[in-house]
Amino acid sequence: MIEWEIEFDGIGKSFFGARALNEVTFSVGKGKTLGLIGENGAGKSTLMNILGGVFPPDEGTVRLFGKEYNPSCPADAARAGIAFIHQELNLFTNLSVADNLFIDGFPKIGSSPFIDKRRLHKLAAELLSSVNLHVPAATPVEMLTPGERQLVEIARALSRDAQIIIFDEPTTSLTAVETKHPFEIIEKLHAQGRTIIYISHTLEDVLRVSDTIAVLRDGCLVSTGYSRRYSVERMISDMVGRRIEQMYPARNAGPGTASVLQVEGVTQPGIVRDISFELHEKEVLGVFGLMGSGRSELARIIFGLDSCQTGRIRIWGKDVTGSSPDASIRNGLAFVTENRRQEGLLMEAAVSENLDLPSLRKFAGLGPARIIDRRKSLEFANRIAETLKIKSGPVRIQKVKNLSGGNQQKVVIGKWLLTGSAVLILDEPTRGIDVGAKYEVYGTINKLAEEGTAILYISSELEELTGMCDRILVMSNGEIRAEFERRNFDKQKILEAAFSCEVLAGGGRAGHSGLGDNSGN
Amino acid sequence: MGTGQNKLTHAVLNNTPLLLFALLFVIFGIVAPQSLRYQSLENIFKQASYVGIVAVGMTFVLLTGGIDLSVGSNMYVSAAVAGLAMQHYAISPWLALILCLLVGAAFGAINAFAVTKLKIMPFVVTLAMMVTGRGIGLMFSKSRAVNFPHSVTGLGSAELFGLVPYPIVVFAAVVFCAWLLLERTALGRQIYAVGHNKEAARKAGVGTDRALVTAYILCGVFASLGGFISVAQLGNVNAGFGKGDEFDAIAAAVLGGVSLFGGIGRVFPGVVLGAVFIQAVSNSLVSARVDLYLHPLIAAAFIFLAVLIDSLRNTYLAKLSRRNIRVEE
Repeated sequence: MIEWEIEFDGIGKSFFGARALNEVTFSVGKGKTLGLIGENGAGKSTLMNILGGVFPPDEGTVRLFGKEYNPSCPADAARAGIAFIHQELNLFTNLSVADNLFIDGFPKIGSSPFIDKRRLHKLAAELLSSVNLHVPAATPVEMLTPGERQLVEIARALSRDAQIIIFDEPTTSLTAVETKHPFEIIEKLHAQGRTIIYISHTLEDVLRVSDTIAVLRDGCLVSTGYSRRYSVERMISDMVGRRIEQMYPARNAGPGTASVLQVEGVTQPGIVRDISFELHEKEVLGVFGLMGSGRSELARIIFGLDSCQTGRIRIWGKDVTGSSPDASIRNGLAFVTENRRQEGLLMEAAVSENLDLPSLRKFAGLGPARIIDRRKSLEFANRIAETLKIKSGPVRIQKVKNLSGGNQQKVVIGKWLLTGSAVLILDEPTRGIDVGAKYEVYGTINKLAEEGTAILYISSELEELTGMCDRILVMSNGEIRAEFERRNFDKQKILEAAFSCEVLAGGGRAGHSGLGDNSGN
Repeated sequence: MGTGQNKLTHAVLNNTPLLLFALLFVIFGIVAPQSLRYQSLENIFKQASYVGIVAVGMTFVLLTGGIDLSVGSNMYVSAAVAGLAMQHYAISPWLALILCLLVGAAFGAINAFAVTKLKIMPFVVTLAMMVTGRGIGLMFSKSRAVNFPHSVTGLGSAELFGLVPYPIVVFAAVVFCAWLLLERTALGRQIYAVGHNKEAARKAGVGTDRALVTAYILCGVFASLGGFISVAQLGNVNAGFGKGDEFDAIAAAVLGGVSLFGGIGRVFPGVVLGAVFIQAVSNSLVSARVDLYLHPLIAAAFIFLAVLIDSLRNTYLAKLSRRNIRVEE
């Protein structure tokens, strides 16, 4: 007899007539971990917002421990023992770890308004040790790495003694090594008998941590059951509603022979060492590495955002070493950053404004003041939106912040299409977007390559690189460790190369067991 | 190997306001040695106290990520109301002070209401209050100067135990209270949280409106208190009273390391040093007999230099704390 902790019974919800959830009925057992998956817009967030008290359902009831549960605000949910660990970290980096943990309820000295610092630090230290984070409670959060900050978030949830903990994409900002920590904590919370809802696009992780799985599609529950009955393939086909035979669309043209970008011996102390490679016309060159391997830093150096001490970078044979980003764009480089929300988009601006931004120079030309030709730029923006199938309202009005993650990413890529770049650098172009949107982004990349663009494709998802690239460079510890041609792609060997710095750092001992853990899953 | 040196660099860069302050004293000590005598130092602190008090209030608002441009007008109106009440109703100086603070609190409350409930940008709200306040004050006083009786002006030159001038005592008390509130109460920490990220603060269960209202009202109260202290030293309130003081207060806070983007900065020692720094520059120019017309230019140059160093420092600190990913042999 299973004891149900959370029961969703016929939940329905509409926004302005659009159906977000329809007749969703399932339960989560006490002390169990539920993996909740679905494409963006499938209704995961809506369902969790109902549980979190952000808004009520239109139909149906939620029961906690068999009792009807109608929260009217997020604070009600917190009181009912529900904690939400959000995708974007909501920490105050200007404050100490202890302040962050107790910001909504400091321990006071007696009944005075003053904070009892000693008790605050003692309580904070206890919470921190319960999530295996060993830093002084007075440390400012800005000094912590993203992985450590995630642990502080979790500790904050624990400070309210939450019995139900919702993790929303907890590992997207973490390195492979850091990812181990949340998993350890989740296992620990699980062992303490807490109920966990785990939401992620990384399906392997979901399989690994969950007891049961629920799949949502278009607001409906598609399937639910024990996770041992699921495989990644089944999860994908349930989510998408069709079997994706070919996850990676085929490209119609192979790489050319003309070398577009040459990087020779690029070195920056503390960042990268002696990086050399060539990138050809119509080629998709993958760069694989764990987070912190120097892959993103290399991209920043090539694009001119950071400097390098020695080495040469050439485009079409022309030396462009040390160019500013602005000059790099004129030299035919384009850069899609890994952090699209913060670095790649003007969230408040319209789609067309975002698309135009790097190529305003092209449309400037009316009279001596070089006034921007709005009609022409809008025409181009419309064409790009059409080519990339950006799902949006009128591009001149639609704000980017209201687009889905996949469509935002298309805007980021699209704005570089307007510049007609020779080299496109993509850093984690499919991070945080769902399976269907990924497929479309892959199609876009292939199309660009077919048209002649040379693409440098940086990713920490090996699957994606082996599916998309002609060649893969493997980086670790700021150096290129290995290079693989498409016919020689071997995930085991690529992973070994990527972990090679750990082998060195661990004196050659821990390397192989650590590797076994990671490739085994 | 380099970590010891790094730590030193960090320590130096994190304390630039203090070091800059020391440097200023050394320079003026050489150029105008008389400016380092106890009497002139006391003068600097005494004269800095009223801008300092206003700057402490301003700090609360800046910490929330807002700004209050109405403090100068607030000083004028609250002091004028207190002065007129004393003239017409012969109330005691203490009652006048309380009246003055109430008017200041009302200024802050109006600002807070417009910012939290009407959701108007702080810059616009307080700019409007700056103009409106000045207008109301001029209407009441018919733009004539309001004179204060000796019972008030006496306080400006009186000294506690015959040692420390009252303006400095009040300044010190204000700084201590502000420090206690910001560092040692939940509300204070929440003001920092709101300034860093209002949305995240709301999600974390912080009463953001309560933090904002507290900040604006305290800013209003401290502005009127600063005004009263200034009047006690000057003796009367003329039509231009407090004009431009909002910028001195903002400059003092920023010099003291308060970020205009919110969430960063400390009352002590930062803002105190900032206020004293500005006053020290102007006093030293006087004692070094620098041409009067050059004063604003030189003062501006010092403020520019201080803010420039601060900006360079932040860039450099960011670079230092960037994660190295390779271990170089």
